[in-house]
Amino acid sequence: MSFHPQMAYDATFHKSSRRLEDEGPPFVYTEENRARFDEIVTRYPPDRRRSAVLPALYLAQYQQGYITANAIRHVAELLGISRADVEDVVSYYTMFYTKAVGTFVINVCRTLSCAVNGAERVTEELCAKLGVKPGQTDPSGTFTLMEVECLGACDRAPVIMVNDSWHENQSPETVARLLDDLKARGQAALTGCVHMVERKV
Amino acid sequence: MESVLIQHVREPNSFTLDFYLKHGGYDALKTALKKKPDEIVAMVEASGLRGRGGAGFPTGMKWKFVDKKTEPRYIVCNADESEPGTFKDHLLMERNPHLLIEGCAIGCYAIGAKVAYIYIRGEFFHVQQYLERAIDEAYAKGYLGKNVFGSGFDCDVYVHRGAGAYEAGEETALLESLEGKRAQPRNKPPFPAVAGLYNKPSAVNNVETLCNVPIIVSKGVEWYTSVGPEKNGGPKLYCVSGHVSKPGVFEASMKVTLRELIEGYAGGPREGRTIKAVIPGGSSVPILLPDQLDTQASFDGIARAGSMLGSAAIIVLDDTTCMVWLAENLLHFYRHESCGKCTPCREGTDWLHKILRRIERGEGQMRDLDLLASISANIAGKTLCAFGDAAVTPVQTTLKHFRHEYEAHIREGRCTLPADWRARQPVHAH
Repeated sequence: MSFHPQMAYDATFHKSSRRLEDEGPPFVYTEENRARFDEIVTRYPPDRRRSAVLPALYLAQYQQGYITANAIRHVAELLGISRADVEDVVSYYTMFYTKAVGTFVINVCRTLSCAVNGAERVTEELCAKLGVKPGQTDPSGTFTLMEVECLGACDRAPVIMVNDSWHENQSPETVARLLDDLKARGQAALTGCVHMVERKV
Repeated sequence: MESVLIQHVREPNSFTLDFYLKHGGYDALKTALKKKPDEIVAMVEASGLRGRGGAGFPTGMKWKFVDKKTEPRYIVCNADESEPGTFKDHLLMERNPHLLIEGCAIGCYAIGAKVAYIYIRGEFFHVQQYLERAIDEAYAKGYLGKNVFGSGFDCDVYVHRGAGAYEAGEETALLESLEGKRAQPRNKPPFPAVAGLYNKPSAVNNVETLCNVPIIVSKGVEWYTSVGPEKNGGPKLYCVSGHVSKPGVFEASMKVTLRELIEGYAGGPREGRTIKAVIPGGSSVPILLPDQLDTQASFDGIARAGSMLGSAAIIVLDDTTCMVWLAENLLHFYRHESCGKCTPCREGTDWLHKILRRIERGEGQMRDLDLLASISANIAGKTLCAFGDAAVTPVQTTLKHFRHEYEAHIREGRCTLPADWRARQPVHAH
């Protein structure tokens, strides 16, 4: 029930209404991630270990691809806070995935400066090439397409972010090439694509 | 005006310590450590440096308010840069990270803090790598850590990565996020200067603000105030994007006009196009029209013209832009980014977006226009932070200046200005 009888909530009313569906396999950090976690908590006062929840969740997400209830349990135990506290954070921040995503998550910026420079055409091309709508993963499980809000590189619009790598000044033609490159070379296609290289300044 | 903040960013290796030292890097920190902390605060206050994040609040005053009786104190650098149209801090951190680190260190010394946290937005992963590399270099040389330059001053700088929340740019929401909670604003007062991070006195400053501090220390207050008009001193970074030939970050004195920035620095509108509207300070501020382009692009100049300089993110829109679409695009952003704490904002942005979407698709009715105005009025000023006011601005300002476009949509039952950069079919998964 919404606050106004004629304004019903739709399925995606507020981003923090996401629910965790997946218990997932048993989860503990790898030895390497555990060591990184132990280093990260030293950055905060000893009685404020909770501050490390975002970096701790990133470690879990990089290890497993997305955040499951078991990952939340592990992080909560290490930080000494409740699982509800951690889930509260996971459901709020959009960069934490609560469902399995493809090997490559393609985020297309859709906000004003990118939009007026053709971001919609870029999304259109990606949808056609992958056969998905924004928010979906292609049948092979390789690509997830997402639309995101301003990425903060409006001078190089339209911008897309593939996992953590940025690709700037995109057009339908360049994203089509990038997709082919990702299919052919995998992760290697993501290196060397930041600002200075692409703009050749 | 000579460029000081981004003078060297286009040169290779401008992000390395060697390069920075060659251009006088960390001299300001050395100078600052020979003075008393209060002298630094007084200098920053005398320089008139105003916060570059959006509000333009005097930094010296912010530092003076920090409660000096309680330990520990913190500097928190707001690097969450997420106002649509803003990308200046991105460039500073990627190409001139040592300037920020030096600014953090001087800031810590001035307010008596030992730790600075740089809260960087989650999407800036590559920027974070440059920044952390620079911090490691500074530690290795003893510019950070214990007993900096043998002065007995200890300073640690840490980078904290956010995870995708526009609201984390609001200072108290940022502190909540840094404490490991949802990025939702706190009730004020108390202000962070009294009870900030971990309930301790804290100064939350924007990246560009802290980058100005070493410049004030090395070039002096007199030089600094001489750049720019009264009360708007110092170099300023402008982000120009949208429908311009050469978008980018430009450094200028605040004596510059919007016209000089758009037509000079950014190369003017695209071939054969004319400017229809300009958003002078990020998506949250009122639109200015082409006849106001000779406005001085200073905090006070833009305020006199009826808008705000904000984060100096100038978005230029040419005659192919449908203003109803623009409001719909921005409300999609605000609806998504509302943190959900205050009801008027959480519910209201969703309503506004739904109504704008139906008008944009040609399914609106004339009475929707009054409804938009009424919902906007019931969000503005009724929320804990400035987000509510920001979110309704695109609606109010387009309704004020371009009401005829709304009416045309409703009358004709379609968008009357389909641009060539729009998708052929609607692609958004709303």
